[in-house]
Formats: sequence, C-alpha cells, structure tokens
Amino acid sequence: MTSSSTSEPMEKKGLMKVITASSVGTLIEWYDFYIYGAMSVIIARQFFPQDNPTAAFLAALATFAAGFVVRPFGALVFGRIGDIIGRKYTFLLTLLLMGGSTFAIGLIPGYASIGIWAPILILLLRFVQGLALGGEYGGAATYVAEHSPVGRRGYFTAYIQTTATLGFFLSLGVILTTRKTVGVEAFNDWGWRIPFIVSIFLIAVSVYIRLKMAESPLFAKIKKEGKVSANPLKESFANKRNLKMVLLALFAAVMGQGVVWYTGQFYAQTFIERTMSVEFEQVRYLLCFSILAATPFFLVFGAWSDKIGRKTIMLAGMLLAIVTYRPIYKMMYSYSDVKTRTEITERGSKGVAVAVAANGDSTITTTTVAAYTDGSTLKTVKKEVKLADVSKPAVKPETTKTLWLSSGGFWMIAFLVFIQIIYVTMVYGPIAAFLVELFPTRIRYTSMSLPYHIGNGIFGGLTPFIATRLFDASITAENPGGDPYVGLWYPILIASVCFIIGLLYLPNKNDEDMND
Amino acid sequence: MNSLKRLSGFIWIALGVAAVYMMASQAGTEISAAAAANKAVLDTKMFWYIIIPIFAPIMAGLCLFGWYAWKGEYDVIVRDSEHPK
Repeated sequence: MTSSSTSEPMEKKGLMKVITASSVGTLIEWYDFYIYGAMSVIIARQFFPQDNPTAAFLAALATFAAGFVVRPFGALVFGRIGDIIGRKYTFLLTLLLMGGSTFAIGLIPGYASIGIWAPILILLLRFVQGLALGGEYGGAATYVAEHSPVGRRGYFTAYIQTTATLGFFLSLGVILTTRKTVGVEAFNDWGWRIPFIVSIFLIAVSVYIRLKMAESPLFAKIKKEGKVSANPLKESFANKRNLKMVLLALFAAVMGQGVVWYTGQFYAQTFIERTMSVEFEQVRYLLCFSILAATPFFLVFGAWSDKIGRKTIMLAGMLLAIVTYRPIYKMMYSYSDVKTRTEITERGSKGVAVAVAANGDSTITTTTVAAYTDGSTLKTVKKEVKLADVSKPAVKPETTKTLWLSSGGFWMIAFLVFIQIIYVTMVYGPIAAFLVELFPTRIRYTSMSLPYHIGNGIFGGLTPFIATRLFDASITAENPGGDPYVGLWYPILIASVCFIIGLLYLPNKNDEDMND
Repeated sequence: MNSLKRLSGFIWIALGVAAVYMMASQAGTEISAAAAANKAVLDTKMFWYIIIPIFAPIMAGLCLFGWYAWKGEYDVIVRDSEHPK
C-alpha cells in the first residue's frame, strides 16, 4: 500500500485510472492542436488565398496568435477556474472546447464558398483551441500529481508528459493513413477534413471517462476546509513570495525546456523537410519511428527524477542539447549533400515539358532525376516562364527539389532525431512534478500553467519560425545556399541562459509535501 | 555562492534591457528594408508587431527576476510546505 500526497491510501489500480483518464484527454487535445499545424499548407489553400491580403493577414494571425499568444491567456482563464471550482470540471471544459472547435474546423466551407467568413471562422476556432490548450495541461498535471504517492510523483506525472509527443504521433499517423486511403488528390481536396471530424469521437470517449472521475483529493480537502483561493490570479502574481517562484520556474527551467522540446520535435521536421528537401512521407515515417522509440524514456527520466532530483536531469538534458545540436544537424545535413555522392548516370533521367497559355506565355518544366550509389534519389523540377510580351520584366525560374533518402540515410536520420527526442524526454519528463511542487494547492493550477505556456508556447513554439527566419536571412548573393545551421543559435542561446540560471538558483531537492 | 547569485542578478537585468533594445532596432531595420524593397512588407510587419508585444513583458519579467536575485530573494529557496504555518 502506498501513501498518496494526502497521506491517504490510493490503490495502484485507482491511480492508473486517474492517469488514464487524464492522459487520454490531454493526448487528444494535443492531437487536435497539432493536426492544424500539420495541415497548415492545405488549410491555407482552402481558407486563406494569398492574393487576398486580409486573408493572408488572418492566416499569419491564426498560426502565431492561437499557438503562442492565446495559450498563456488560456492558462490564466482556466487556471483561475481550476483553482476556484476544481480541477475535474475545468479540464472537462477545456476538452469540450478543444474537441468542439476542432470538429467545427472540419466542417467549415472553404473561401470559395463563403468568402472572407471562412478565414474569420477558422481564426476564431483556432483562438478557442489555443485557449483550451492553455487550460488543459496544468489541470491534467495537477490532477495526477495530487493523486500520486510521495516519492513517485515524477514517475506518475511523466505519463502526462508522454501525451504531447504521442498526440503529435497520433496526428502524423491519422494524416498519413487518411492520405493513403483516399489518395493525395482527394486528401488535398476534401480528405483533410477527416482527421478534424474524427476528433469528435475521440473527445466523446474521453469526456465519458473523465466524467466518472472524482475531484483531486488535495483540492477536495482545501475546499472542505474553506481554504480555496478567492482570487488565484492576485495570489499568484501580486504576491511577491509566489511571483518570484513563477519567475524562477520560467527562467530557470521551462524556457530552456521549451526550446529543447520544439527543436527536437518540430524544428527537426522543418529542417529535414525544408532545408534538406526530404520527401513528405519519408519525413513523417522517420519522425514516427523516432517518437515511438523515445517515448518510454519520459517515464524513465520521470522515475529517475524521483531518486536523484528534477534539476539534475533537466539541466543535463539542456546541456547535452547545447553541446551537440550543431554536430547532430551537420551530420543530418550531410545525408542531403549529393555533391559527396556518386551518381549512377545510366539510372538518371531528364524530361522537358512545354505548356503554352492562351496569352502566349510558355512554361518550360524540366524534370531531372538523379540516382546515387548509396540508394538515394534526387528529383529536381525547374519551371521557367517565357513571357510572350518581352517588354514585361522576366519571371524568375522556380526550382523545387525532392530527396528520397537511402535506407541507411533514413535510419541514420531517424536515429539522430531519436537522440534529440531523448533530450526532450530529459527536460520534459520531470517538468510537471517540478512545477506542481513549486506552488501551493490553492493556487497551483494558475501558478504553474502560466510559466509552462510562456516557456513552451512562446519560447518553444516560436523556435521553428525564428530558426527558419534566421536561415532565410543568411541567404545572400554571395551565399545563395545560406547557412543551414544558423537557426540553431536561437535554441542554443535560450537553453544556455536557462541552464546557467537553473544551475545557479534551482534547488535539487524535491518537495515531498504537496499538501500545502 | 549567494554573492554569485546576487551579482548575476545584474546580468539578468542587463540581458532583459538589451534584448528589448535589440528586438526594437532589428524590427525597425527589417521593416524599413522590406518597405524600401517593396517585398514581404505585411509579413515583416506582422512578425514584429506580434513578437515585440509578446517578448517585451517577458523581458520585463527577466529584469524583475534579476532584481529579486540582486536583492537576495533567491539566496534560499523555501517552498510553501516548508514555511511555518
């Protein structure tokens, strides 16, 4: 028999029910959030035509604002509700909001049918998604932690930590399966709606499970004693004793954790797809393998943090990331550098197609396929437009490259992404236990949610955008290929500052008594 | 160790101020360059109009963190459960 945080016994079977109910819902929320990002190109085509400046403006807002700005607001709104009325009903509400808005995105007619209302509705629903996600995580982590036995809080909350990665995995899996089933053309036309609509069934199951759960024992206890906070926002952020803990959590732990997480899982994808030009499905398959192999390590490091302290593991993960990111990305990039490969000339091909438009403009498409001795293949498509009216300025030729990795290259890159996700498991596995231990029960939901969503939503969430922007800025006339590794300076810099602050100020001792 | 914690507080304050200054000056340079070249003006403005209002308060938080560190507020970290009730 184990003793729970409330000093009351909690059977392992009951605890696993609590973990399942919390984790399934959180996993589905992450799934809902990620499918939008994974299909942003298709959504942009359907809802945000680039020739309409207002729609393009709304597209950027939907990507940035919902993912990054709104999440901390969701943390404040739902954190407050969670600290006043309870954890259970709050994260039921966030689940319903997330599921409802995801389902609705799948049903909205495109720009061609309802005009500007299409992007406006998408934007509103994306805002609701961001708010709901901001409220969900803190509730689930707090709920599980408040049920966990003393000395095993890191292990049990690590189940919640697996959900973000598994939600991403689920979104990749559903998208790939739907694409394979309906075909690429149908998927781009209407099939993309299926992953959104499917969400309603997942949410229904999760709501059913969560409805059967009881309130957190620690919250129920303070409610019974009349110690519930009347104004959690004021207590969390206007009280110096608590505010300094919020700042410590953000700058000494979550800020670095956020960039390591988003670099390992999301920037790696952007880099492989955009900078290395690896083919769409290969990228998703290699990510799926890496994620599946690395996910159990969330539990390993969560459990280990119960024994040797949260700080040691989180800072070790950050340090490894700081030191090894550049060598890892250099090694990954080497697999896309065909200059170092030997071409099999007899297996290559070249084709030219010419299309003439009604106005006399002609488009010349040159497709070159090169096969290499290591098994990789590179397809280059160059489109040149020759204008009939020679007085008009010439159109710049467009070149797109698609690389199919060799089997060896595929597995090597999967392994290198796996290493990065191991770093993610080190920094992210113990973070829920670390955060819940930092704050008292009466304001825990509010206090832990804000630094979490600033660290992950803003510092972490912006990683792919800032890194890609740095790469684009490095493309000059003298260096048309740009510096492929320059984007890594953003996560390296943020993680380094966080590492130093964490090393100096964080205590390594876990707080066993959460009943405060 | 506590002296190092306190002295480093000054670094965090300076870092927060420097980050805001650099963001603002970079935004000015990029928006002017985009306007001069008449290329991606909306994208550039959007990026900075979102980035600066988000990061400026966070950097103010870093300055406050530095101030607390300088004042010795982090010399000993006492969790709520360890406070005398």
